[in-house]
Amino acid sequence: MGLQQKGGGALRAWAALCLLALAALPVQAQRTLTVAAFPSVDEIIRAAAPAWKALHPDVQLKVVSRQFADHHTAMTTALSTASNLPDVMALEVGYVGRFAQGGGLDDLSAPPFGLKSEAKRYVPFALAQGSNRHGAVVAAPTDIGPGTLLYRADLLARSGLAEAELTQSWGSYVAAGLKIKAATGAYLMAHARDMKDIVIRTGLRPGEGLYFDGESRVLVSSPRFVRAFELAREVRRQKLDARVIAWSNEWAEGFKRGTIATQMSGAWLAGHLNHWLAPSTAGAWRAAQLPEGAFVAYGGTFLAVPRGVPPAQKALAWDLIRLLTLERGMQLAAFKAQDAFPALLETFEDPFFGQPIAFLGGQPARLLWRDAARRIQAVAVHKQDAFADEVINTELDKVLDRGKDIHVALADAERLLQRRAHR
Amino acid sequence: MSRWPMPSGCCSAARTAEVPTMSAVPQPLGPQAHGASPRRVGWRLPRAWVPYVLLSPFLLLFAVFGVFPLVFSLWLAFQSWEPTSGLASMRFVGLENFVFALQDEWFWKSLGNTGWLALVSGVPQHLVAIPLACFIHAALRRSRNAMVGAYFVPYITSTVAIAILFSSLFSTDYGLINAALGVLLPGDPVDWLNDPQRIKPAIALIVFWRYVGFNLVLYLAALQTIPKDLYEAAKMDGASQLQQFFYITLPSLKPMIFFGVTLSVIGGLQLFEEPFILTGGRGGSDQAGMTTAIYLYRMAFDFNDFGAASAMSWLLFVLVVALTWLTHRAFNPRRKAD
Repeated sequence: MGLQQKGGGALRAWAALCLLALAALPVQAQRTLTVAAFPSVDEIIRAAAPAWKALHPDVQLKVVSRQFADHHTAMTTALSTASNLPDVMALEVGYVGRFAQGGGLDDLSAPPFGLKSEAKRYVPFALAQGSNRHGAVVAAPTDIGPGTLLYRADLLARSGLAEAELTQSWGSYVAAGLKIKAATGAYLMAHARDMKDIVIRTGLRPGEGLYFDGESRVLVSSPRFVRAFELAREVRRQKLDARVIAWSNEWAEGFKRGTIATQMSGAWLAGHLNHWLAPSTAGAWRAAQLPEGAFVAYGGTFLAVPRGVPPAQKALAWDLIRLLTLERGMQLAAFKAQDAFPALLETFEDPFFGQPIAFLGGQPARLLWRDAARRIQAVAVHKQDAFADEVINTELDKVLDRGKDIHVALADAERLLQRRAHR
Repeated sequence: MSRWPMPSGCCSAARTAEVPTMSAVPQPLGPQAHGASPRRVGWRLPRAWVPYVLLSPFLLLFAVFGVFPLVFSLWLAFQSWEPTSGLASMRFVGLENFVFALQDEWFWKSLGNTGWLALVSGVPQHLVAIPLACFIHAALRRSRNAMVGAYFVPYITSTVAIAILFSSLFSTDYGLINAALGVLLPGDPVDWLNDPQRIKPAIALIVFWRYVGFNLVLYLAALQTIPKDLYEAAKMDGASQLQQFFYITLPSLKPMIFFGVTLSVIGGLQLFEEPFILTGGRGGSDQAGMTTAIYLYRMAFDFNDFGAASAMSWLLFVLVVALTWLTHRAFNPRRKAD
């Protein structure tokens, strides 16, 4: 009997505990802020957890990480069904344009978010990239990718060339490539497409899109495309490109073996080269501005809040975005740890920018990239940009590989894009 | 009623004996048997429902993961939808997506690629698997299982692993294939994965290599069902090995050829993984390796056009059905017998 009473008491206590736990569950769920991210960005967010804990000791920060493509597919699906939405989602700049066209992301410049009063603290072009055509800021920039020309100083020296001969103009860049090929056997660039990608991004009028204008008119027959195709064709004719696509095995091997002399990319590529692509080439590389004074952005990460997030979470979501994008210490920590170039202007005067980079032979290249970041112009995005990019690359391949006439190629691209422009 | 068919007029005694057997199945005892009140003890599942209840886990999963996506994609094919705006942003557009798909150059290009790959990778699978199965069936005894296993391994290996392996093998500057070709035929290395003329044969080779073992197993199984008497009789009549193959083996294999070709047609038209991974998910230069399955995936997830992607998937479905029907017409042994 006594045992029975003891057992009954324990049972009651257990039941009471279960009830308490059940009652506490919804409270616990409200006290978690979920962030969906992809590699590198997920590390930056995890590193911010102690600061977040100090800010909101009662709110747990949960990071859901997926591979780059999987993450963006998952975010598309989550927004389309308004289910399993994270409170904050990281987006790569290429996806921001697409996502900004829909109504699935909140305007961070409207209450309860406070971006409106902080807008001037961001790098201007990055903020413009996070805005849609109605002026709503649907994503806050957390890192940017100022474009740069990375080159092998040792190959240049063996060819008797100075940096200025690479960067003076596109013509001098190609001419330098001929000398490099003759003296060292190395290719000037990985793929002629790399050159086209920069040239089509130069000489844009403010607010003009890359492939479409504000009224969805196709722009691919414009002189900047003709020139880009002509330069790329010249590079191929002179056999100055290795014909390898970025991120392929051959591309990585080309860097390791020193068969690719230059690469135009975002400043972050120096970090990739240093850490895993070609660490054995440390000291041989240098950075310069892109040829002919071109200033373009390569990549960049943004943070957005889905419209379907419960109102109670939105203030918390903004607090996290504020912490990650507007706190000087956080931005610099991400820059130092992950080569995530800051999108916050007030970090630009930090002494870290002037420090030498060992991989680049002690060059203080961050000053160069800072200058580029200040001079990059925003490019208006269009929902068909991804398709247009594919079409232009296809036509360029036909010009390079099969000798298709440039004007015919661009006319064909224009015809294809006109069918899609208003879909 | 007997559950198994029984020849008429056979074992009438046994049939009559079924009646008490069936009635011997334990039945719920009536109230009279117990002499108790007619109150039911508990809820019992009606007998007719039992099969459906037992099938319900499958039916439920099939409804969620099979029927719903089909219906939803059919619904989507008639909608214009900006997916990141949520489900509420759908707008009915009638047949617009189908018209767009049928006028889309890249859709036709992808169909051309798909047909080419299905033909070039599919036909040799059978042309090689049939004689190979005959050889293994006739010539090998102890090593047969090991040999069949070796051919079957690619089929059960992860597609991702295979595609990555072949990416390295086909590498222009550092690949084993070009290294071997360089020894045999010195010249410029072949750009297998970036040249539109080369990417298709490269993909076809992988698909052939992967599925020839599967077809080999099918044909070996079919060969084992052919009575040996036929071959003995043919030998006695003086038939050569070749005549035995063409007049006994091949006609006997026809039902299995029909089955194998049908699978190849369906699989070939839905080809996705190998070219997707080999071309970095983009379909290669000039979209030469872009199958229709890849294109409609890209339409949805890269170009955000779920409506057109759904319409294309239904057009592909119609094509698969039509070609399967044609295969049925060409190979169905019953039709020929009629």
